[in-house]
Amino acid sequence: MTQQVRLNQPTATKDGNILIDVQHLKMYFPVTSGIIVQRKVADIKAVDDVSFFIRRGETLGLVGESGCGKTTTGRCILQLYRPTAGSVQFGELDLCKAPGQLLRAMRRKMQIVFQDPYSSLNPRMTAGSIVGEPLLIHKLVHNNKEFRQQVADLLQTVGLNPYMADRYPHEFSGGQRQRIGIARALAVRPEFMVLDEPISALDVSIQAQVLNLLEDLQGQFNLTYLFIAHDLSVVRHISDRVAVMYLGHIMEIADRNELYANPLHPYTKALLSAVPIPDPLVEAKRERIILRGDVPSPLRPPPGCVFHTRCPIAIDECRAAVPELRKVGTDHWVACIRV
Amino acid sequence: MSTGQGAAAQGRPVAVPRVRAPRSFWQQSTRRLLKNRLAMVGLAVVLLYLIIAIVAPLVSPYDPAKQNYDAILLGPTGGHPLGTDGLGRDSLSRLVFGARTSLAVGLFTQLIVLTVGIPVGLVAAFSGRRSDNLLMRFVDIVFAFPDLLLIILLRAIFGGSIFMVFLAIGLVNWVIMARMVRGQALSLKEQEFVLAAKAIGVPWHSTLIRHVLPNALGPVVVLVAFGVPRAIFAEAALSYIGIGVTPPTPSWGTMVQDGYSVIFATPYPVLFPAVAIAVVMLAFTFLGDGLRDALDPRHAGLGKMR
Repeated sequence: MTQQVRLNQPTATKDGNILIDVQHLKMYFPVTSGIIVQRKVADIKAVDDVSFFIRRGETLGLVGESGCGKTTTGRCILQLYRPTAGSVQFGELDLCKAPGQLLRAMRRKMQIVFQDPYSSLNPRMTAGSIVGEPLLIHKLVHNNKEFRQQVADLLQTVGLNPYMADRYPHEFSGGQRQRIGIARALAVRPEFMVLDEPISALDVSIQAQVLNLLEDLQGQFNLTYLFIAHDLSVVRHISDRVAVMYLGHIMEIADRNELYANPLHPYTKALLSAVPIPDPLVEAKRERIILRGDVPSPLRPPPGCVFHTRCPIAIDECRAAVPELRKVGTDHWVACIRV
Repeated sequence: MSTGQGAAAQGRPVAVPRVRAPRSFWQQSTRRLLKNRLAMVGLAVVLLYLIIAIVAPLVSPYDPAKQNYDAILLGPTGGHPLGTDGLGRDSLSRLVFGARTSLAVGLFTQLIVLTVGIPVGLVAAFSGRRSDNLLMRFVDIVFAFPDLLLIILLRAIFGGSIFMVFLAIGLVNWVIMARMVRGQALSLKEQEFVLAAKAIGVPWHSTLIRHVLPNALGPVVVLVAFGVPRAIFAEAALSYIGIGVTPPTPSWGTMVQDGYSVIFATPYPVLFPAVAIAVVMLAFTFLGDGLRDALDPRHAGLGKMR
């Protein structure tokens, strides 16, 4: 574990139980122009200097609006995109520096469930071969009988009937397809899973089922989750801690209860004030913070604090420097100079 | 950790899997193809043509090169079921022998198109920005070059055997396949199941073969089905300017070309080879459609409903 103290990171309460430690992660996608000689003309700063950690066995919720870099962050952690800069420490290993061979072996320990259950399953493969592919890749089975047994077990674990193994993805419903995606991720017995909006594309009635399944699996297999979502009530339900992202930066990280009871960052406050309360009387009196304007382009993010263009309490100093995440309470960090 | 633990821990009985032995994607596709009646008709016609081409000397009534000046431009008669051409050669015999040339041209050129076009397209899509740029600009150059000029050049460089005709036509047409496959692969690359394969740790070459290629095959098959008759016509054009097959050897394309000059005297010299080409094109289209559907599991149930 790196013990050297760096700025802009929540190091203070780190203990030995940290599974994933993300430091100064940056993912810039180059924008090029030119037909024969391609020149880089700009960068899309999808993720810009993000640091956080995830403790073993906990669920970190990652929230933010569309295009704020949540998904990119998740994919960078798994090295599905090679980050532009920064490090992702998985236990003792820096994944960003791991060579291909080692990284492939590490894929046994970390998996991902995708948002769209329709595009995340190969339409030309049966459910059984989709779920079983990781077993073959990592040579976790030795013969056909073992393969079928494990596939049947996996399907049953996620609440599907083993006889469905011969069916193709288009024969399943959205919820069932998401279960197949979960079974595929589970096949290698990972320690860590990135759940990339796993229930956003599902019907509301199915969302709860899949959410419960994910919670059951976490207990059963001692999983660590990075739960990416934009639904604040879902995140509140499943997360131990919550990180709020805006335009490639982390604005606030706190314990779940702390964040929902005592949000400090003006962006977090605005987000939380948008959640409707299922009580007409309270709802009528609820004070909403309406943000003005649009999210600036990640191609040309505003200088200083990226939120200052829409922030109700912004002052001149906000335009000058990028605020660092600083500790304001037990397990509570905020990137804002006004709080 | 055993996998059975999950189900067992919850007290549920671990199911004895009634999973059938997983058949491969290709086995299942073959089964679906065999069930498709129209595709089978197409396949039967193609096979029939192939058999005729192979046993040509046995089924043709005359020597296809033998000229008979007493029987010029005859319509269908008892002695010549499909009539004769301007040099008094029996059209049926020439059609039968022409099947050899034309089918060989059609099939071998598509073989070249497939073996060059698909790998180039896949590599371009998956090998990163720079080599993609390099490969595609090369494709553009070949594409922009006039086909006929390129073929004449290739023929001039490589000489005059019939295989050089295949090679020349193939080397002109692979670029279309390469572009199409690259486009398909680029769009599939962004699909989450390809990312999922990466997350699982599937090596990139297996990803291409298992996840990308099967999903890109539909348009490939269609392109090939239309490529066969196109190559047959390309050979006719080449023969017309004297760089195709050498004259006494018959091919459907040359027969159509020869027929044009006498079309106002009699339509038959054009009609029969044109029908032969049309039928083979239709057969390949049926077969191609059937293949495309067979390769797509989503079409599995449709055959039964009809």
